[in-house]
Amino acid sequence: MRRYTPKDDVQKKPYYTDRFWVAPQVPKTDVADDEVFAADLAAIKKQFKVLDAYIQVGQMIVYIRPEDNYGVLELLRDECGYTQLSELSAIDWLAQKGQFEVFYQMLSMGKRKRLRVKMFIDENQAVNSVEKLFRSADWSEREMYDMFGIKLNNHPFPKRILMPDDWEGWPLRKTYPLQGDEFAAWYEVDKIFGKEARDVIGPELRDPAMVDRYDTKRFARLGHEVPYGAEFKEETPETPLGYQEEEGVFMIEKFDENKSVVISDRDR
Amino acid sequence: MQQTNRLRPFFENITFDRDDNELVLNFGPQHPSAHGQLRLMLHLQQEQIVKAHPDIGYLHRGMEKMAENMIYNEFMPTTDRMDYIASSSNNYGFALAVEKLIGLEVPRRAKVIRMMLLEINRLMSHLFWLATTALDIGAMTVFLYAFREREYLMDLVEDYCGARLTHAAIRIGGVPLDIPDNFLGDLKKFLDKLPENIKDYEDLLDQNRIWKMRMQGVGVIPTDMALSWGCTGPMLRASGVQWDIRKEEPYELYDEVDFDIPWSDKGDNYARYKIYMAEMRESAKILYQTIDMYNETVKNNETELMAHAPKYISAPKLDIMTQNYSLMQHFVLVTQGMRPPVGEVYVPTESPKGELGYFIRSEGGPYPYRLKLRAPSFWHTGILTDLLPGHYIPDVVSIIGTTNIVFGEVDR
Repeated sequence: MRRYTPKDDVQKKPYYTDRFWVAPQVPKTDVADDEVFAADLAAIKKQFKVLDAYIQVGQMIVYIRPEDNYGVLELLRDECGYTQLSELSAIDWLAQKGQFEVFYQMLSMGKRKRLRVKMFIDENQAVNSVEKLFRSADWSEREMYDMFGIKLNNHPFPKRILMPDDWEGWPLRKTYPLQGDEFAAWYEVDKIFGKEARDVIGPELRDPAMVDRYDTKRFARLGHEVPYGAEFKEETPETPLGYQEEEGVFMIEKFDENKSVVISDRDR
Repeated sequence: MQQTNRLRPFFENITFDRDDNELVLNFGPQHPSAHGQLRLMLHLQQEQIVKAHPDIGYLHRGMEKMAENMIYNEFMPTTDRMDYIASSSNNYGFALAVEKLIGLEVPRRAKVIRMMLLEINRLMSHLFWLATTALDIGAMTVFLYAFREREYLMDLVEDYCGARLTHAAIRIGGVPLDIPDNFLGDLKKFLDKLPENIKDYEDLLDQNRIWKMRMQGVGVIPTDMALSWGCTGPMLRASGVQWDIRKEEPYELYDEVDFDIPWSDKGDNYARYKIYMAEMRESAKILYQTIDMYNETVKNNETELMAHAPKYISAPKLDIMTQNYSLMQHFVLVTQGMRPPVGEVYVPTESPKGELGYFIRSEGGPYPYRLKLRAPSFWHTGILTDLLPGHYIPDVVSIIGTTNIVFGEVDR
């Protein structure tokens, strides 16, 4: 029987994990331990529902409801001094819980603090764009859409950014194949010449050092030139070498040493 | 898009729209002053830009995807290919992020060597920036001078790790090698001459009429625009925010060295140029201090280069070759990879271009579950959308120059 391989996560897996191994955790601390973060969290809690909050590696992580993201970020920018949105992207948890985790990495230069606002969204749920608050979100949200297929509400230019416009699939999803699918393999051929040209052009040679000595379409056979596309299987056909000059070339006289003259007298 | 008539000549570079007299100019992706694979679609009224649309992705290699399928140490050389002008700073950012995730403390000598490498990389990057920007604007001499100095630094790094461009000189948990014998002397020789060299560049450029005309008052980024667009590094400091992660959120031994953060409130190309020059002097200042710090570690006999954490880091070579348990542990770490604890971390570092951040989500496996690379150049390219309108075609070249974008980092 063939071994079952789940298709919802095709990423590389460790080939061996000890049966009794339990992964340790990065320690989480309570938000109340840090005065600055506690004040920020209180400000958010006043207006919005906070699902979870803790401090990990010196940065506060706040889980909010997805519909509140614009409001929370506006509050953080205007009232808490988090003036920069350093980074924004998503994590794919589709295989585990059918959700994406979107995070906003914020920086307050006045307080020298960084916090991360996070939220879970369903696979086809659109996210409110925060581009009006932070222009940097313009490009990072496009990248998030490009990589995960997360749709955006109110984005001025929701287009792919790194991949070509007509690309199929969302590269950073765990279901995306690692080896390049059929679409990727024939992308240039389909684009420039059309699908019908696939047979004519043939698959791409991924090994640049490979030379097929029986391939008379791509490689000349040095010393045994045969016509383009000539077919032969095992034996190398006899291809007598001949040079054009042997039978004389039109308009060019053959050089005869005996007829040549050495000019010694320049006034001759 | 070229669809219906395939393979028919198609002039996609220039389109005239007769109604509004707007010219659409396609700048790049192969333009020599586009610093890599930047394609800009510029809408022009006469010579003035009314709309700019940067198009990226020509160098996209999917590094974040690659990282999800590599063990942590395996990914280290890949980070070199991001900002390939200063590759050690990329290595360092990644190493630091993983160390924060694990909670590792790096030995002091390794920290000093790392700081040396980081500042050498900053100098290399700034010299490269100066050379190429001056060349774009037409100052060939500066290019030759600056590359001469950069060559010296590349030789220094080659002495250290054997590579000139893609160093992979930093490991998770420390550095692989101690510095070679002649390294400090050579570095000092270079540093002693550097002020003279910087003065040479400044003599050529500072009062140069052409340079000033192309730089002063061109590409002005107001503070709120810089903040909103996520600008960091010299781009932000030129716009009136004195923010340097080395100073504000110190990592390594940056809290022990004495240096200043040059900044300006002008926000134009010239301000950025001045900041790059001043930062080179500050880097030299830091490097002098790291030389003393290194000598101190020699005096105190602190010879360790890698952190001691058998669960994550291989033992020193000597132990591996002599002790059975170290060999077994090394074998497991190489074949299976280290397994950091479950959790996530975002670690920013001040790379020569700005804030280089690594976000790592670990699920306790040997491969990171998600790795997000926060490369400063990505937003420094994005800001061109808002920055270019109102400027003229020749300004595009000087503005791209001073944004100091590197496409290995933009596209990743």
